[in-house]
Amino acid sequence: MLKRTSEFVIEACIKLSGLAVIIFVVAIFIFLLKDALSLFGVHSINDFLFGKKWLPISEPAKFGVIPLLLGSLYVTVGAIVICVPLGVCSAMFIAEVAPSHLKHVLKSLVEILAAIPSVVLGFIGIVWLGPFLRNTLNLSTGMCGLTGSLLLAFMALPTVISISEDALIGVPKAFKEAAFGLGATRWQTLWRIVLPSASSGIIAAVMLGIGRVIGETMVVMMVTGNSPVIPTSLLQPLRTLTATIAGEMGETVAGSEHYFALFAVGLILFIITFIINFIADICLRKARK
Amino acid sequence: MNVAKIREKVAFTILGLITLLVVIPILLTIFYVVKNGAGAVSWEFLTQPPRAGMKQGGIFPAIVGTILLIIGTMLFSLPLGILSAIYLVEYAKDNLFTRLIKLSVVNLSGIPSIVYGLFGFTLFVVILRFGTSILAGSLTLAIMSLPVIITATKEALESVPFSFREISLSLGASRWQTIRYCVLPYAIPGILTGTVLSLSRAAGETAPILFTVAAFYLPRLPHSIFDQVMALPYHLYVISTQVPNMPMKLSFATGLVLIGLVFLMNLVSIILRAHYRKKKLW
Repeated sequence: MLKRTSEFVIEACIKLSGLAVIIFVVAIFIFLLKDALSLFGVHSINDFLFGKKWLPISEPAKFGVIPLLLGSLYVTVGAIVICVPLGVCSAMFIAEVAPSHLKHVLKSLVEILAAIPSVVLGFIGIVWLGPFLRNTLNLSTGMCGLTGSLLLAFMALPTVISISEDALIGVPKAFKEAAFGLGATRWQTLWRIVLPSASSGIIAAVMLGIGRVIGETMVVMMVTGNSPVIPTSLLQPLRTLTATIAGEMGETVAGSEHYFALFAVGLILFIITFIINFIADICLRKARK
Repeated sequence: MNVAKIREKVAFTILGLITLLVVIPILLTIFYVVKNGAGAVSWEFLTQPPRAGMKQGGIFPAIVGTILLIIGTMLFSLPLGILSAIYLVEYAKDNLFTRLIKLSVVNLSGIPSIVYGLFGFTLFVVILRFGTSILAGSLTLAIMSLPVIITATKEALESVPFSFREISLSLGASRWQTIRYCVLPYAIPGILTGTVLSLSRAAGETAPILFTVAAFYLPRLPHSIFDQVMALPYHLYVISTQVPNMPMKLSFATGLVLIGLVFLMNLVSIILRAHYRKKKLW
């Protein structure tokens, strides 16, 4: 009988734990929403979503999210443009070209990159990459969008490479054999047969890469110059959504307008990454079929 | 050699060069940190608190803080992660509820770390009144680590052959007995590997601990789980952005210790994986 009871307790725990994950996602959403709504009680939602100025400590304070949104967009586009071609090509090399011992070495190196904490890359951006870009491109400051984009591209590479590689390897062998049988070279097969067949998995890789880049905080806070103005190029300082929260949260008073505004920024980030991951998940599911 | 063959050679060479372009910066990054930091890593550096506005002395409190956070994170995320993976693999039926759980896991893994920081701050620091403390920080990192642990455990459980369960059930064992004695023991290696990896990621995270636990400068060690601590990643952030005229050597050395710690954990997970793979029984 005792055994029965303990088993009942354990199974109840298991079922509750299954529920816990849903509870966390919903709780995070509700907490962000609740505090964001407190902002919209005193501050119009239009001024927040379409306001072109982020001046949280001036009188009256302005909480226009457009400069931050554009900051994130600029840095992300920059990073993805660099990261996706490099990542997909390396994945092609690792999956289809490299001999097996080299493949292991390359994959371990990519894993090493994935393990490097972002704050270390941010530090390298400050001491090396920023000054290097300032000198080579003759900029007024190296702490700008481009430095952030380059480092974020580097950081997102493991995600893009490993998921693209999985997608390429997942293409049925029969496809390749049929192409070889018709006299195609390995390159023709890879380019014309394997790559198109893996396309939904590669799209998923790109989406997850974007998610990783948009959500990254420390690197952009350390190297993009922290200037919340509407950016016109990647060569000037800017400020992303994530860096704004991280940089300003410590200075706010709990319950103030500024505090709520940062939660509203968090809510925007939550919604963006939710959509991106949802799309990535659909692509991955499609790829598995 | 025909045109198609030449094209293949050229294309593969280009792919190889691009891969080099990806790999070389990885090696350079590690080399750069090791070269500039190794000289300053000494026994004193690892075992002394920082002195003179962090410009001298060591990083002992930050190392201790990070280790405490790793342990705290593990205590909360490991049981919860394993149990929810068991639910998904062994109990869940293919219905809307299960799909919702899976979708939640996917989304949890995509939420930016700074948003976890915000959430942890409101729930644990403000509402539950834990204050900025080891407890609040560990719980925040634990929720962030959950999706990785769940995914790894799920894969490990799924890789145990279905026949193991059938045989156990056919001998009259209950569902939980089957899981406990015929499934979990064989899934342990996969679970451990995934857990160590997710903890190594948590150890290197800065954004979630910014407002939940990290102390700017706190040379003494914590007395309880309601104390603040210094942590390696936050310490590196502080000394590289907030402290003027910081001796570079110490910043590099801090980065090196952080990378070293994270790599060590990765190495442990690789060794575990290799060790158990050899012992695999089926």
